[in-house]
Amino acid sequence: MFEFETELSEVLAKRGISRRQLVRFCSLMLGTLAMPERYLAQVVQAVGKARKPVLIWLQFQDCTGCSESMIRSSHPDVADVVLDLLSWEYHEVIMAGAGKQADAILDRVVRDDKGKYIAVVEGAIPTADGGVYCTIGGHSAMEIAEKVCRNAAATIAVGACAFDGGLVRAAPNPTGALGVQEALPGIKVMNMAGCPHNPVNTAAALVHYLTFNDLPALDQYNRPLFAYGRIIHDQCERRAHYDAGRYVTEWGDEGHRKGWCLYKMGCKGPMATFNCPVAQWNDHTSWPIRAGHGCIGCASPRFWDHMSPFYNRLPNIPGFGVEVSAGEIGLGLTAAVVAGVTAHGLIKMMKPAPKPSEAPAESAKEN
Amino acid sequence: MARIVVDPVTRIEGHLRIEAQLEGSRISDAWSSGTMFRGIEIILRNRDPREAWIWTQRICGVCTMVHALASVRAVEDALQIEVPDNARIVRNLIAGSQMVQDHVIHFYHLHALDWVDVTLALKADPGKTSSLAQSISNYPKSSATYFKGVQDRVKALVDSGQLSLFASGYWGHPAYQLPPEANLMAVAHYLEALAWQKDFIRIHAVLGGKNPHPQTFLVGGMSTAMDPNEPFAVINPERITFLRKLVKEARQFVEQVYVPDVLAVAGFYKDWFSRGEGLGNFLSYGDYSSGNQKDPGTYLFPRGIIMNRDLSKVLPVDPSQITESVSHSWYEYSGGGEGKHPYDGETNPKYSGPKPPFDFLDVDKKYSWLKAPRYQGKPMEVGPLARVLVAYASGSKEVKDLVDGVLKKFNAPATALFSTLGRIAARTLESLIMAKHLETMVEELDANMSHGKVAIFNPVHWDPDSWPNSARGFGLHEAPRGALGHWVEIEGKSIKNYQAVVPTTWNAGPRDGQGQRGAYEASLLNTPVADPNRPLEILRTIHSFDPCIACAVHVVDAKGRDYTIPKAS
Repeated sequence: MFEFETELSEVLAKRGISRRQLVRFCSLMLGTLAMPERYLAQVVQAVGKARKPVLIWLQFQDCTGCSESMIRSSHPDVADVVLDLLSWEYHEVIMAGAGKQADAILDRVVRDDKGKYIAVVEGAIPTADGGVYCTIGGHSAMEIAEKVCRNAAATIAVGACAFDGGLVRAAPNPTGALGVQEALPGIKVMNMAGCPHNPVNTAAALVHYLTFNDLPALDQYNRPLFAYGRIIHDQCERRAHYDAGRYVTEWGDEGHRKGWCLYKMGCKGPMATFNCPVAQWNDHTSWPIRAGHGCIGCASPRFWDHMSPFYNRLPNIPGFGVEVSAGEIGLGLTAAVVAGVTAHGLIKMMKPAPKPSEAPAESAKEN
Repeated sequence: MARIVVDPVTRIEGHLRIEAQLEGSRISDAWSSGTMFRGIEIILRNRDPREAWIWTQRICGVCTMVHALASVRAVEDALQIEVPDNARIVRNLIAGSQMVQDHVIHFYHLHALDWVDVTLALKADPGKTSSLAQSISNYPKSSATYFKGVQDRVKALVDSGQLSLFASGYWGHPAYQLPPEANLMAVAHYLEALAWQKDFIRIHAVLGGKNPHPQTFLVGGMSTAMDPNEPFAVINPERITFLRKLVKEARQFVEQVYVPDVLAVAGFYKDWFSRGEGLGNFLSYGDYSSGNQKDPGTYLFPRGIIMNRDLSKVLPVDPSQITESVSHSWYEYSGGGEGKHPYDGETNPKYSGPKPPFDFLDVDKKYSWLKAPRYQGKPMEVGPLARVLVAYASGSKEVKDLVDGVLKKFNAPATALFSTLGRIAARTLESLIMAKHLETMVEELDANMSHGKVAIFNPVHWDPDSWPNSARGFGLHEAPRGALGHWVEIEGKSIKNYQAVVPTTWNAGPRDGQGQRGAYEASLLNTPVADPNRPLEILRTIHSFDPCIACAVHVVDAKGRDYTIPKAS
């Protein structure tokens, strides 16, 4: 079927996984990335490389929720990612080694795989008072991030805290916390915003990177468009109720039991972008609005300060002093997103996509 | 005398550093340091107390939801709100499933590699592994072919030269005692547990929208609206069927995999029934009410204190006796003083440790971002062992039968529970109890719904205009890692002061003003260390507590610093 069949079979045999598992996994990833099936061969080939790309997962001012979210990944299984897709060499919450043996791994990867490995960062980086608010092995988070991220092929910031400082940076930001792209200006970073990040998106973005040797198209906040390009309100399963004026007005009322719109209970869906309603969580089981609670806009920039108070109706949010409808806010937001796309992401998106028949090495060069 | 430093302590939540003094081949003293600080409680000030749970939940994403529960309970206590019965049940279901899932992950993914040498699994005979597995459990995945498949996967990983997460383990360390077959079985179940935990936690997606950080708590109840006749109700008969399936599978996994594995592994490490003892003081707030949360008499895990290893007496818990010391923590108290009760708590972060990068902490002075909680001035251990001991000493038949069964199996006295293995055994046994009770909770919920009892939220004080001008309250919860308490003070319509006293702060906290060690520090004393360059023994005991450092480092009221917080509305 594929021209590289023989080579691929050997690689798979070596890795102890079936070809069918691999193809299934790659198809799912293409689905999430909203890419046509004709790229399948290319994705399969990239994922089936003999030497697995190295990944380093750093944790700074975090709650480990994004690590936990990653190990809840169902498609692919986390075991498949960690054992088969990548060589996941450093991740404090789950790695075998500790102390100096753990430190030694970081040093080795930065030295031997310089410019080739992927760095993932979870948690904010404290910049106040010389970095004393987060140290690992006696080194400040900033020192470690400088060493690891500056020498990586690309850095993926997972979760709100690594994206823009998240909760740690909420007023009054006691520790001078920043997200990765602000703490380390100039590095190549992709932000998987959300509290936590959704592992479906992160896995898909990783596969995109492995396949095309480039990050997917990003918006003005360096978030991939495939996951952060659409407003929650527009994808919401309760949207018809909003349009028909059927609202929950008290928790547990008739409308609440019937699954009506949560706008009046403070839902931030109309001004938040994320593919939460479509990707959902935990093997596509549910998402917050389905579970009866409003959206808190957790994938939006500086959401802790900008989206709270979480139970106030949208127009009462600071910055929206005038009485505007949710629809109008949504409209303004779409315009902002589109403007950002034009500036940063669309150029990449519009580049001619590599043809499936081309060797991946060629397309890698092109990118 | 050599100083051993383990930093980062991995396979835990958060940033923990252990420094230990070695005399000969034994640890003569130890210091536990939390090396990360965020200041969440400073950030909480002046915000809407109804949303405090959304913020405090982010204290930790491993024991996700425990801070949400303690927070809504604290605010409900302050505003005197009773929650409907269904809210009690759904909260118990969310918390109970968190406990079971968390404990399984802890054993397999955070702790097992201290006892299991992955590389030895390659030497196992799959046929013999199958016989071993079938001799201890009726778990269906136990054929020689199955174990051969797992072994091939490990072999492929080793042959690739890219060992991924397993690259830096202490493989070949003399303290590993399992035969190859037990190693292979454990590796297989490491992978099975990884697959199971993500399936089981769909229970949080149903009842919370997602995990980590479920999003359905409310001050006054839950947002999971119930209706037996509505297809779009969060809880309806179809969802109950799904919950029933998940909790049944959880019980099977615990009974057929987790419990037999722990007992099998423990059999090869009996020395650890007399190591890692620790303080001998245990505190449990108790939790999981069958009716009225205000009445500890209704709790599945009872409330109580055991002092000085005396299992003949269970002392009452008086929350007003809790204080926190900062004598060895990087904070200052205005006006000095040794301990402050959470209501009067204050935290002025003031780092006085070495400037990073550094090699050693100055352990004679301040050396941690954790405070040192004390009960009547005494350090206490909290967690599964504390819960099980308090239940055991209180005469809970369910707990007593299980504990006595395990002690009999190992021909060990009750004092063997005060140990590293005792903590592991207690965690396993309470998972067994909880897994069984999860089934009861689903049936309770179903029974309420079938009888038309669908209230899940009490609206009486949702409107802040109905609140008194000032109020304060606290909420307690037995989280997977132990006794958790939140204290809140509300003034006007917003938070004036907020404080969390957290399980790992009790266990991992530093010394107090009297020089009394915290639980981790005490538990490491006299531990033999075979190879100071690979201090596996330190990891074994520290991991037996299941550290959660993000939880443990918290900060309250920063009266000493001038923070300007924009008014939240």
